[in-house]
Amino acid sequence: MQELIVQLFNGISLSSILFLSSIGLAITFGLMGVINMAHGEFIMIGAYTTYIVQNIFIDHFPKLFNSYIFFAIVLSFFVASIIGYILERLIISHLYGRIVDSLLVTWGVSLFFQQLARSIFGAPNVSVRMPDYLQRNIHLTNDIVFPNNRIFILIIALICLVLIYILMYRSRYGRNVLAVMQNREMAASLGINTRRVDSLTFAIGSGLAGIAGCAITWIGAIGPTIGTSYIIDSFVAVVAGGAGTIVGTIFGASFIGIGETIFEFLTTSSIGKVLVFTCVIILLQFRPKGLFAVKTRVLDD
Amino acid sequence: MAKLKVVNLLLGFVLVLALLAGCSGGGAISSANKKTDSTSSSSGGSGNVIKVGILHSASGTMAMSETPVRDAELLAIKQINNNGGVLGKKIQPVIEDGASDNATFAEKATKLLEQDKVATVFGCWTSASRKAVKPIFEKDNGLLWYPVQYEGMESSPNIFYTGAAPNQQIVPAVEYMTKKFGKKVFLVGSDYVFPRTANSIIKKQAKALGMKVVGEEYTPLGDTDFATIVNKIKSSKPDYVFNTLNGDSNVAFFKQYRTAGISAKDIPTISVSIAEQEVKGIGASYLEGHYVSWNYYETTDTSANKKFVSAYKKAYGNKRVTDDPIEAGYNAVYLWAKAVKKAESTNVDKVKTAAKGITFDAPEGTVKIDGDNQHLYKQVRVGEIESNGMIKEVWGTKEAIKPDPYLKNYKWAKGLTGVQ
Repeated sequence: MQELIVQLFNGISLSSILFLSSIGLAITFGLMGVINMAHGEFIMIGAYTTYIVQNIFIDHFPKLFNSYIFFAIVLSFFVASIIGYILERLIISHLYGRIVDSLLVTWGVSLFFQQLARSIFGAPNVSVRMPDYLQRNIHLTNDIVFPNNRIFILIIALICLVLIYILMYRSRYGRNVLAVMQNREMAASLGINTRRVDSLTFAIGSGLAGIAGCAITWIGAIGPTIGTSYIIDSFVAVVAGGAGTIVGTIFGASFIGIGETIFEFLTTSSIGKVLVFTCVIILLQFRPKGLFAVKTRVLDD
Repeated sequence: MAKLKVVNLLLGFVLVLALLAGCSGGGAISSANKKTDSTSSSSGGSGNVIKVGILHSASGTMAMSETPVRDAELLAIKQINNNGGVLGKKIQPVIEDGASDNATFAEKATKLLEQDKVATVFGCWTSASRKAVKPIFEKDNGLLWYPVQYEGMESSPNIFYTGAAPNQQIVPAVEYMTKKFGKKVFLVGSDYVFPRTANSIIKKQAKALGMKVVGEEYTPLGDTDFATIVNKIKSSKPDYVFNTLNGDSNVAFFKQYRTAGISAKDIPTISVSIAEQEVKGIGASYLEGHYVSWNYYETTDTSANKKFVSAYKKAYGNKRVTDDPIEAGYNAVYLWAKAVKKAESTNVDKVKTAAKGITFDAPEGTVKIDGDNQHLYKQVRVGEIESNGMIKEVWGTKEAIKPDPYLKNYKWAKGLTGVQ
């Protein structure tokens, strides 16, 4: 029983990481019809930003080291979103609706970023140290232990979720995004600057991946190829949940996250992954567009 | 229309893959290639140079591990050349990139042997890449020096193994940990040849020693979520964990092990794929107090090692560390050069005969080539990781142990075969 509670918590924790890494993907795909293979590289950018921030704090503000993570989160978001914005302006904006081309081009971009990181930071992994309070854990009973870093990531994910919700459903910008998603020409003729909506949305999506990258530094490896280890699960989460919707992404991420940990617990790690993907394949047989498909003209033709 | 799109998408993917294959094939043509134009057929090149191949991954996931080994091999070549070379000739390295891809390794091995006609090749890291080039070396009667510890169950007449055989690393590691901490062990590994073979050895050994394997888990290479496995380890309460994870997975595993509240004091682990180079990437603070098993550490106290470490750092920078496979790559070059001097030829068969019983005063202590299986006599050392990222030897054999790749001298190992 105790193990099951810990396991459930692990599942929710994995889901929150997947949610952060896939929400940007879902939004950009829903809005622009672009499959962004380079999304994982924004996770990497966030992770390396955290690494740099940590080093600056160790070198120059050792006393404030414990609070570096807050700067790291904010900076990861901004660095990733600025690079995302530039990328959108230069390359992605020429690819709208051309799924095959976007796949190829963004994949090239992803290789470019990986090699760039390798040239700047070197091929070996770098290490990020967590502040002490994140290395501790909360004992509910002797056997039920929740690591602080995972709780912290969960809180970040929840805050992001609330902010995204407000932004998408309670602000003028969000209504513009939804309008463009449903009918680009109509929205444009009603005076919405669709180009600006696109760029901003892509930047925000990339920034969220940056935050995911920041969070990942506390639980995993930081290397040039870090993005590729998360991008597959993120894609599957988006596909299962339905591209373009927040609810869908929440569902997809939880489905993959909790499913994977539960199956893994009952069987083994390799078999657990197989079972989850089998479930996704079966699901897609009945709901080819994912569970919560958005009604949009961009995606069906 | 929608169907058409799916077909297009698939086409796109195929195209991308084809492109990738093209890149990794064509991108690795090294500059050394151009120098080979006029060299004649005699093995190892003619005139004033002897050509040797260096075949490691300079790109892809294995690059972080293999490039330091390549650097050590180049350092040894440079040192030998500065001391006059071998047989009055300079050694000229022909560097190829295996690109972390087994097919590329095979292709480059063919090129080195048949086109460049190198005298010998130093290279490979993963068992999969070694198994990919092995038939080529056997067919062309080439010579490969393999610098990494491995799972054993192999002894090719065309390969010299300068890393540890299982009886020089895995078997003594299990003995040490069992004696020190207890009989319940949990096995964690990446899902491929080495960990599965290593664990099949450990399970046999466990039976013989009356140990209990309380869990055995494999994760896909590159897996990053270990919460479940850590939870399983916690609830099965082993005395120690035997870790054969490889690459990035180690980082995730140790971070999550630590934050789940398990310290090295609660449940210690022993790893056979983590050396000083990997400790840097994982972060020493997560690894402090855990154990590793190798034949060499940067801290190994020999005069040859002091010279080696300072030469390596002088050549490649103070931040670089040395570790077991790096040292084994360095030794390989010297052992080959000694054999060539003794044979007075670079002919593969003559070198092989001459190599039998050759010794070298290596940084890890004196090593000797075993004439029967072409592995090395090596000292075994169990080490504990310290907070500064260095490894302190806590147990070691006094003398070099005879290599036993098939574990013939262990009764319990009967019936073990390699995964082919």
